[in-house]
Amino acid sequence: MQAKTILKVATKSIMKARMRSLLTALGIIIGVAAVVVMVAIGDGAQLKVEQQIASLGSNLIIITPGASNTGGVRGGAGTFNRFTMDDVEKLKTESTLAKSISPVISARGQVIGGIGNWFTIIQGVSPDYIDIRSWGLESGEFFTDRDVMARSKVCVIGSEIKKNLFPNDDPIGQQIRIRNVPFKIIGVLKEKGQTAVGTSNDDVILAPSRTVLDRLSGGRFISSIQVSAINNDKITAAIAELKSLMRESHKLFQGEDDDFTIRDQSDLTEAATETSRILTILLASVAGVSLIVGGIGIMNIMLVSVTERTREIGIRLSIGARSSDILIQFLTEAIVLSLSGGIIGVALSFLIAYILNNYTDQSAYIKPQIIMIAFGFAGAIGIFFGFYPARKASALNPIDALRYE
Amino acid sequence: MEIETAAQDLEEDFNREIILENLIIKTVNLSKTYKVGDIDVPALKHVNINVEPGEFVAIMGASGSGKSTLMNLLGCLDMPTAGDYFLDGQNTSKMSKNEYAQIRNQKIGFVFQGFNLLPRTTALENVELPLMYDRSGKTINQEKMAIAALERVGLGDRMHHIPSQLSGGQQQRVALARALVNEPSLILADEPTGNLDSRTSVEVFHLFQQLNDEGITIVMVTHERDFAAFAKRIIEMRDGRVIKDYEIKDRLNAETELQKILSEAIIDD
Repeated sequence: MQAKTILKVATKSIMKARMRSLLTALGIIIGVAAVVVMVAIGDGAQLKVEQQIASLGSNLIIITPGASNTGGVRGGAGTFNRFTMDDVEKLKTESTLAKSISPVISARGQVIGGIGNWFTIIQGVSPDYIDIRSWGLESGEFFTDRDVMARSKVCVIGSEIKKNLFPNDDPIGQQIRIRNVPFKIIGVLKEKGQTAVGTSNDDVILAPSRTVLDRLSGGRFISSIQVSAINNDKITAAIAELKSLMRESHKLFQGEDDDFTIRDQSDLTEAATETSRILTILLASVAGVSLIVGGIGIMNIMLVSVTERTREIGIRLSIGARSSDILIQFLTEAIVLSLSGGIIGVALSFLIAYILNNYTDQSAYIKPQIIMIAFGFAGAIGIFFGFYPARKASALNPIDALRYE
Repeated sequence: MEIETAAQDLEEDFNREIILENLIIKTVNLSKTYKVGDIDVPALKHVNINVEPGEFVAIMGASGSGKSTLMNLLGCLDMPTAGDYFLDGQNTSKMSKNEYAQIRNQKIGFVFQGFNLLPRTTALENVELPLMYDRSGKTINQEKMAIAALERVGLGDRMHHIPSQLSGGQQQRVALARALVNEPSLILADEPTGNLDSRTSVEVFHLFQQLNDEGITIVMVTHERDFAAFAKRIIEMRDGRVIKDYEIKDRLNAETELQKILSEAIIDD
């Protein structure tokens, strides 16, 4: 028989028992929709995490002082702090792959102002810092290079500070005293929420690097240097470049250990994507079970159908159908059933994804590959679970089949 | 002596070839034994029959006489345990299942007692069915051929009806059209009127006789002597053997019988 005829016969048989076919296909419809939606939710979550990480500054590179090594006894990270503004200047002038570079000088202290006082972190940074971290301003403005050079006593406060010291007033233009040094507030940062590691990026005060260095930290050392690479793809190259520049700046001999550590966000990205990937696999396998149950439903109905249509099989055999014709017919019916179930299932999953995206907080993202996979899986299930009933049908003896009541 | 026998055998083989040329059906010691548990139940014992083209044979016998078994073997629905069956000159005894299917499709048209039409399927589609399994490549326009076959049995105006919308007689005529559509060498009818009233039965036999007059060979099984009289020849069976095989002398003409029934009906009214 021609493929066209086979398909026509199969579709006719399916259409003759419309209700039953629909119920049979329902198992596949639900299975496919479940798999696609579950994976879409997983992918949606992953996408969200990736966006969040990107918002941290995805091409962010942090250089921190390394461990001390005194006579073979190694201290922890940061025990040997030799970062100075000279390092920053060298990187600024010689690096080609760094877009922006900012020193970070951290100080802690009591802040007095507004309605009371608050203990927080003060970071001395350059004007580039806000770009490096992809932070935005809620109001006011950020300080400039002139403020850095002039060691101006201005600062930009995080939203947490505003909440605690200026809950009702506009803090712009107000004075606060940080460790008894008066600073003028010129800007408020946008609220950023918790970081991936649980600390807050909002409980911070940013001030010009040199001001903090001279007035608050009381030294010439820098806590870290933060760099943003010119783009995402150049991070690895940028790290290599920064490393050699830092070694040059610190006059390290060949073979001598680095006295600094360079990290980027890839660890964090990897951890987060790994988590959501595991979530996706978990959801998909649960949904996959329902797809298999749907396949068993097809087998069940096909077996009943074979028994019920024994006479039809007998008639077909008696007028010259071969066993293989019967096998192909029933197999085709199973495949057509499961594939049409697959089509409806995919359509249903688009509807569910649309509802999730537009009416709930959950985001779902349907990748084109997952449609192909779900579809292929539905077809495979049709073949797998349709084969046994089809085999049973084709093995019938024409006389017995004809006599069957 | 041995040489003589061998020569005789050779001559017989030669004759057989010649005879086969002109025979639709030739069975040689055709036997069928069913196994029921450990017991062998012989259903057919050394049956030898010849049917020439254009014959109309009625096989008669009580139930258990082996006539249905013979029908199944003649129809290539079942394989004999022993003996040979030549259909249209071909020995079918050593054929594969697929070759059997091919024979059923090309050489034989079946008409069953229970009509055996596909339910919820139009008359036209039912008649097209054998053409779908035709691998010979002679089918060019399925629908045209099916329509022609339906018109031949007088159902040109019922093509798109499904079996449940047709009377018993009409259903049997659809089945007959399905049997005819592949232009087989032989029509096998198993109690073709068993489910029909006597008037409809006569109508169906009228059609059979018409087709037979056109040259189609028909072999049918019946247990009603009245209907067997529409055939040209009767083969009687008992206990798996042919006990009588004779030409019918005063053959009934279905057309005149139909006239009689119609006039009686008028008188009754």
